[in-house]
This record gives sequence, structure tokens and C-alpha cells, in this order.
Amino acid sequence: MKSAVVLFPGSNRERDAARALEQASGRAPAIVWHADPELPAGTDLVVLPGGFSYGDYLRCGAIAARSPIMRAVARHAERGGLVLGICNGFQILCEAGLLPGVLMRNANRRFLCKMQHLRVENAGTAFTRGYSEGQVVKFAIAHGEGNFEAGDATLEVLEGSGQVAFRYCDASGRVDEAANPNGSERNIAGVFNSRFNVLGLMPHPENLVDPLVGGIDGRPLFAALAD
Amino acid sequence: MKARVVVTLKSGVLDPQGKAIEGALKSLSIDGVAAVRQGKVFDIEFDGEDRDRVRKTLSEACERLLANTIVENYAIEIV
Repeated sequence: MKSAVVLFPGSNRERDAARALEQASGRAPAIVWHADPELPAGTDLVVLPGGFSYGDYLRCGAIAARSPIMRAVARHAERGGLVLGICNGFQILCEAGLLPGVLMRNANRRFLCKMQHLRVENAGTAFTRGYSEGQVVKFAIAHGEGNFEAGDATLEVLEGSGQVAFRYCDASGRVDEAANPNGSERNIAGVFNSRFNVLGLMPHPENLVDPLVGGIDGRPLFAALAD
Repeated sequence: MKARVVVTLKSGVLDPQGKAIEGALKSLSIDGVAAVRQGKVFDIEFDGEDRDRVRKTLSEACERLLANTIVENYAIEIV
């Protein structure tokens, strides 16, 4: 698998993403600058990493979503190529229109930095086939604007077509308001596009690939992509 | 020519910043505040005097960048 990690001004998790990809695939990803007009030839997977691109100016992800490389990312997705957006990368994908919805400020107004349980809602995709449906995993979350909002009509489409990837839950897998860290509609932590080749999620699977730092629940995601 | 774009959150969209400002106003004993919603103002200057053209350009700018129309409304004022 040939992967590329896009570096925007203000990205700060690109090395974490690169490390997880290299661990899974044995091959270091290309690091691609946001102003580049093209992805490296033969790229299978593009990762938009976490961070604070452009200092979250205007709206989180808004400026990065209009950068030159994003036109190439959109063409890549249109061709069926895989795109993974983590945290700020998820915000960028929503702003770019590659994923539905928008990430608003956390309902409790606090920046959240903690471990969070998630329930795998759809394990039948290129990203999630290393998990089983309903499996509870533990990833890290670190965001101030992760409150997923979409209109009711969009939410119904997402639910009906299996586009909800992960939901916030407690350790037992229960999805309720108490387990919702940021106010996201229906506890949604990550969504797919309608073709299931684009995934965005607020939690950080790339930070859970080494037992040394608290768990390896993120490994199956990268292993599935590398396969 | 100068124009002003005002972007506001649609009604029903949770506005934690507005809530925080509302709380701060109340803690300053500024009375009578029922609710606060925070928005954004953009002052933009244009060459030329073609108002229709400026309005059209700004509509496109709002749709494509200045507002996220999933959760925000915009208003264009040519001054």
C-alpha cells in the first residue's frame, strides 16, 4: 500500500500518522505539502492528520479544505482512492464537502484530551474490517471542536446506509448522553462517505498502535488498510 | 466600493461561545440580556462601482468559503 500524509501549516499529528502507517505497511508514507497540486503517482491512501491547520482561522478546517492539494485529494476520492481524515483531518473533509456534516465547538465549551471508548458501527469497510461490528475500542480524543452536526435528513441517510463508522460509548458499549463527550448528534464519532472510501473521525487511532502508550486498539485500522 | 458580510449561526444550532458571552455579561451585572448569539463580520473592499457584480461575487464567496451553509446564514450589505 502506498500512502501519503498531507502536511498543512498547523498540522501536528502527521508524524503519529506516518508512524502508524509505516508500522502497519512496512513502508513510510510520502509527506505531501498542502500547496502541492498533485499527490505522488500511485497513491492508494491519503491521510489528513490532526492539528490546527491555519490556526483554525475562519472555521476549523475551512482554509485547509480550499488548499491546492485538496483538489487532488477530491480527484483521488472520486477515482475510488482511500482517504482517512483524523481529528482536524475530519474537519477538513467536512469543509471540503467530501464528508457530510460539520464539526462544531464541543457542547461543554471545553477542550477534551482523554481516552474515549467507541463502538464500531460498521465493520464491513476497507477501514474497519479489522474490527467486528459492535466491538468496543479505546482511542484517544483531543479536540475543542468535535461536535458533529448534520441536518435530520442527512442523519437519516447516514444511519440508513451504514455510514456511521464509530459512536462514542462507555466501556460496556452503551451509547447514551453520559458517554457523549462533545455533544455530537447521536454520539457520532466518525462517518464514511456514501462510497465508503472516505472516513473521517475525531478520535486518534494513530496514537493507539504501541502498548507503550496505553493500548493498540488503533492497529487493526491501519493493518486493514495496509493489507 | 466597500461591502460587509455578516455570517450568523442558523437558529437551533448550539452556540457555546454565545452562551459563554451571555454568562459573562450576566456576571458583569449587565441587565436584561435574554440571549447572545455570536457571529462574524467581514469588511471587504472592491475595485470599481458595479454593485450587482459585487453582490454576485460576494454570494459566491459566501457559498464557497465565508459561510458553512449547513449551520450558518449570511447577509451581504454594500456600503
